[in-house]
Parts: sequence; structure tokens; C-alpha cells
Amino acid sequence: MSSETVTEPVVTVASKAAKNIPYDARLWLRHSKKFPHLWCPGCGLGIILGSSIRAFHDAGFEKDTTVVVAGIGCTGRMPVYMDCNTLHTTHGRALTFATGVKLAKPHLDVVVYMGDGDALAIGGNHFIHSARRNLNLTAIVVNNSIYGMTGGQVSPTTPHGARSTTTPRGQFARPFDTCDLAIGAGATFVARTSITNARHMQKMIHQGLKHDGFSMIEIVSNCHTSFGRLNGIPSHLDMFQQLKERTVLVKPDMDMEEEKSEGRLPLGVLHCDTTVPNYLRQKLGDVAPKPAKATGREP
Amino acid sequence: MTTATTMEPRLMTGNEAVTLGAIAAGARFYAGYPITPSTEVAEIAAAMFPDIGGVFIQMEDEIASLGAVIGASLTGLKSFTATSGPGFSLMQEHIGFAAMAEVPCVIINVMRGGPSTGLPTHMSQGDVMQAKYGSHGDYPTVVLAPASVLECYTLTIKAFNLSEKFRMPAIILSDELVGHMCEKVQLPPEGELEVVNRLRPTVPADWYRHYESTPTGISPMAGFGEGYRFHVTGLAHDSSGFPTEVPSETHALMEKFKNKEIRNIRDLTMVESYMMEDAEICIFSYGSVSRSARRAVRILRDRNIKAGALRPQILWPFPKQAVETMLDQVSYVLIPEMNVGQLRKEVERLSHDGRGRIKGLNVLNSEFITAADIVERVEHDVL
Repeated sequence: MSSETVTEPVVTVASKAAKNIPYDARLWLRHSKKFPHLWCPGCGLGIILGSSIRAFHDAGFEKDTTVVVAGIGCTGRMPVYMDCNTLHTTHGRALTFATGVKLAKPHLDVVVYMGDGDALAIGGNHFIHSARRNLNLTAIVVNNSIYGMTGGQVSPTTPHGARSTTTPRGQFARPFDTCDLAIGAGATFVARTSITNARHMQKMIHQGLKHDGFSMIEIVSNCHTSFGRLNGIPSHLDMFQQLKERTVLVKPDMDMEEEKSEGRLPLGVLHCDTTVPNYLRQKLGDVAPKPAKATGREP
Repeated sequence: MTTATTMEPRLMTGNEAVTLGAIAAGARFYAGYPITPSTEVAEIAAAMFPDIGGVFIQMEDEIASLGAVIGASLTGLKSFTATSGPGFSLMQEHIGFAAMAEVPCVIINVMRGGPSTGLPTHMSQGDVMQAKYGSHGDYPTVVLAPASVLECYTLTIKAFNLSEKFRMPAIILSDELVGHMCEKVQLPPEGELEVVNRLRPTVPADWYRHYESTPTGISPMAGFGEGYRFHVTGLAHDSSGFPTEVPSETHALMEKFKNKEIRNIRDLTMVESYMMEDAEICIFSYGSVSRSARRAVRILRDRNIKAGALRPQILWPFPKQAVETMLDQVSYVLIPEMNVGQLRKEVERLSHDGRGRIKGLNVLNSEFITAADIVERVEHDVL
């Protein structure tokens, strides 16, 4: 009697658990080589690493044909831990290397990791031009509002008034909105997600990887070590809590402007345009570029 | 548009010859940014590449151009870019990266008058030191200076060969005069000039180390997407490519770079001597100026002055041995250069008896140094 009643629930629990257990991110890690990682305890980059790998798996990426490119900074150290083709480039230039890789070998899946300073300050030019070009790349911008690795200097996304070691009396300039910048520059897929919602992050990255064209995913992250310490939130848990309060999932009919004016960041797919032909397809002849309309006067 | 295999002699410019040379060497990727006087290289590559299975892209600046070139080279394509002084300055960051990460690539620098925006449509030889020491740190590179349109073709192939063989950036230091000069040239038939490809790994993927230490000092190189899954970084790294700060490993890395030039100096030396057998004075020059030097030698010989000319086709690594031999032989050296004397300082460093007999003829106003200028100076100094 007991054997029947015991076995059945166990099987159900196991199968249920199997459904809920996410893909084991360790399968994509170079664990025998480059651990422990160099990020601070409590840093969001570890969560991003895990969610990214699960998204790679969901998208059907293979280790041998995935190329992960990154710039300089804390986020720039992402690829060294991943067991695929990895390229750690110069500061701000990751997208340029990625462009070369993708053009030379279009069958490779190229993902680019950059921090906010990397992508938007020193790499701002490459960022907007990559967005405009619409080459099939996925750019992941990890935004922690500060230069973490150099010890807390102001970045293009440091909020107005916030302190950093180079703005000891507060930041006088306004920050960039990474997603607005990408949309303005012509990126065809733009999403924002947060480290406080790993499943959402995985979903957003997955959608970005699947998008045919240039996709940009901004991941709002924490830097309690530099940003938090200088701005009165030195605990990573407090920063997580604050991130949760500051962000809101995008819903249909949501007034983005109102959310923004109240200081909340919408999370979700903010822009997706599938009508723009991507650069490579035109190059390879799948889609012929449309000739521009003649603007000259009729003879 | 002609192809690289054309057999009949024809008129072409140096910039066209450079592009044809790159294609003949197997280059199939070009990323660049327009800049006078190198733009024709980009235009010709843009026109020709789609038909030969190559990839052309105009990037947003020169930093991005060399970044894309390195990215493409890492997948296994022979890649190159062309620029001039201001763009070459921007590229220095990635020249250092290519040297550090040991990625073959070729940079064509068609020199123009500097500093800064300078004289865009005029010639100069002001980038000699920048070509060697422009990026930070000590790194190996090879710099070739063509003097004719035909050499723009042959030395570009040579640059690709050396870059691929030794896994380091190669620089063609052309100048506005050579780049824009139209000459009749007979390109060598396909197959006559040697084309070298990078050494490929022969070990299973699990054993592969991207910077494997080998007896020759050159590590076999796999490409992205070929199943080897390696890491490339601009940080100091160990033989597997992972960042390291262990002094013994970073020392080994720097020794490897140093030895690339030292051990392979035979491959990395190309010097042409002209009437040097019995010369008592020598005109040491490179690039387009060396054409005036040859003519000056003939004029001086007519006037019973035993002159000869020595011309490094590879400027860096500096041909120490050839220059020392020359210094032992002659009593007077004139070094005409279109800069303040950048390469003269290298020659002076090798002279043990003071620098009195080593003279410079330096023109900085972008007017070309003619044979008459050289003859006049030699006669003034010697007679």
C-alpha cells in the first residue's frame, strides 16, 4: 500500500521540478580555468552571466559558433568566463570588432557586452552607428550608472545630482536614456530589463538574440561598491530593493512618459521593428536595397 | 576594373597597385574610413570586392575600421585597411591590440603633411617614428616603404606574408607621391610571387592553445567558429590566452614579442643597394625620395664622385647590420627625408665616431626633394 502512494507523488514532484529547473549555466562556463570571478560580492554581473547563458541555450546557440565580444570594465570581463569563442577588446570598441567578425563569418552568432561608460561614452559613436547599420548583432549594455572598475567615476548614465569620485558635488549634466538613444539611432529591437528579475532578463535577451537585425538590451544593474557607497546605499540588497521600486514592467496602454516623469524605468520590449531589412541580407542579396526616391526636378 | 592577374603592362597609381597587391595576397576583408590621399584604396576595394567574394565596409572612423579588420582576421580572413596620418594616429590603439593579441592585419598609411590636419594633398614622410612607436608599450611590427607603383604591389603582398607568418600587424608606409603617381607597370603573373598563409593548428581542439610556445616563437592560429573556442584579450595573457599578472608569464609574453623581431631579422630585412660596391659616399633614403637619390647618384658619378645609394624597403625593424656595414665603408652619408630627420637619428645611433659625417637634407614644406637638391648638398659638403 505504501509503495504506491509514495512513488506517485515523487514522480510528479520530479517532473514538475524538471520543468522549472532552468538550464544549468555551468555547462557554458570555463569553470576549470578562470574562477573565482573578479566581480564584487553582490554584483549583478553574475546574475547577468547566468541569464545570458540560459538565453543562449533557449535561442539554440552552439558554443562553437557563438562569439562573445566585450569592451573594457567590469562588464568587459564577461566573456573570459564563457566557454565559447571570446574576444575581450579595447575600451568602447567592442561593437567594431563584432562588426568585423559578423561580416566576415555571417553564420556566427555574435553577442556584445558593454558597460554604460564603455557603450555610451568612449564607444558612443560605435554604438549609434551599429544601431543605424542594423547588422545582426546583439548588444547588451549593463548599466550600473558609474565606472566601477576604475573606482567610481561619473558615467553618461549617472543620474543628475548623483555623486561620483569625479563629481564630488553632484553630477551637473543630465544622463542618457540608453534605450531612447538606441531607438533614436535606429536600432530595430530595444528592450530594458533589470538584474532583479532574472527570468525577465533571460526572456529579453532571448528575444534580442532571435531578432533579425541589431538588438540592444539595457540591463539595469547595481554597483553598491562604487555608486552605492558614494550615494548612501552601500548594501547590495538595498540597491536591489531600490532597483525593484524604480522599475516597472511594460504593460499595454502604459503611459511611458508619465512613468518616466515619476522616476520609474519601464522594463520590457520598448521597440521592435521587423520591417527594416538587415545589413547582411542586403549584402548577401536576399533583399535588394531600395533605391532612394529621386528628388531632382523633372526635366 | 582590371583584376590582379592582368599580364599586360598598364598605367596605374600606387593606391591602385596597393589594392591589387592586397587582393593578390588573398585579402578578402576591407574596413576603412575615407581620408586623403588614401581614399582610392577604399574606392577600388569597394568596387572589386563584391565580385571576388570579399567584404567591404566603410566604418564610422579609423578606430572602428581597424577594430573590424582585427575582428575579421580573427575569423581567418586576411584583412586590411588604408588611411593617412590623422587616421593612422587614431588607429594606434588597435595596432597595439593587434600586436598584443597577435592578430595578422595590414595597415596602408599613405603619408601626407602633418602635424594634425596638416597638408592633406601633399607628401611627407612624417610618420616614420609613429609607425614604429605610435602605440603604447613595446610591441613588434613590420613597416615597409614602397618607392614605386610596382613596389606598392609587391611590398603589399610581402606585408601580408610577413603579417600572416609572424602574427603581427604590418604597415605599408606609402606616401602621397607614390600613392597618386601614375606609372607604367607590368604586374607579375599570378603564382610568381610567394603568398604565405598563417600557420594552422594541427592539434585536437582540447589541446589547442592560442599562444602556444613553439621553437620558432610563432603560435599556430585557429579562427573563430572552427571549434577551438579560445579567448583573445588585450590584457597580458598566458599561452592559453587568459589574462595573467604572474611576472614569469608576462615576462615570457614580452620576450616572445621581442624575439619575433630578433630571431626573424633575416625575414624582416629588405635593403636595396645601388652602386654601393665602390662607393665612398652614401645617400640613405627610403620611399619616393629614394628615386631622387638614385638619379643623384648617377649625376654624382658623372662628376667623378663615388656615390652610392642605400634604401631600406623594410624600415622597421631597422636594418642595423646593413647600415653598420655601410657606415664602415663610406666617409659621408646624406639622408634626405621629408621630415625633421626621423630615420637619421637611427643611423646616428649606429655610428661610433660621432655624427659629423652623417648629414640630413630635410624638407618640411611638402616640396619634393629632387636629385638636384641632393647633388647640390653633396657637392657643398664633400667638395
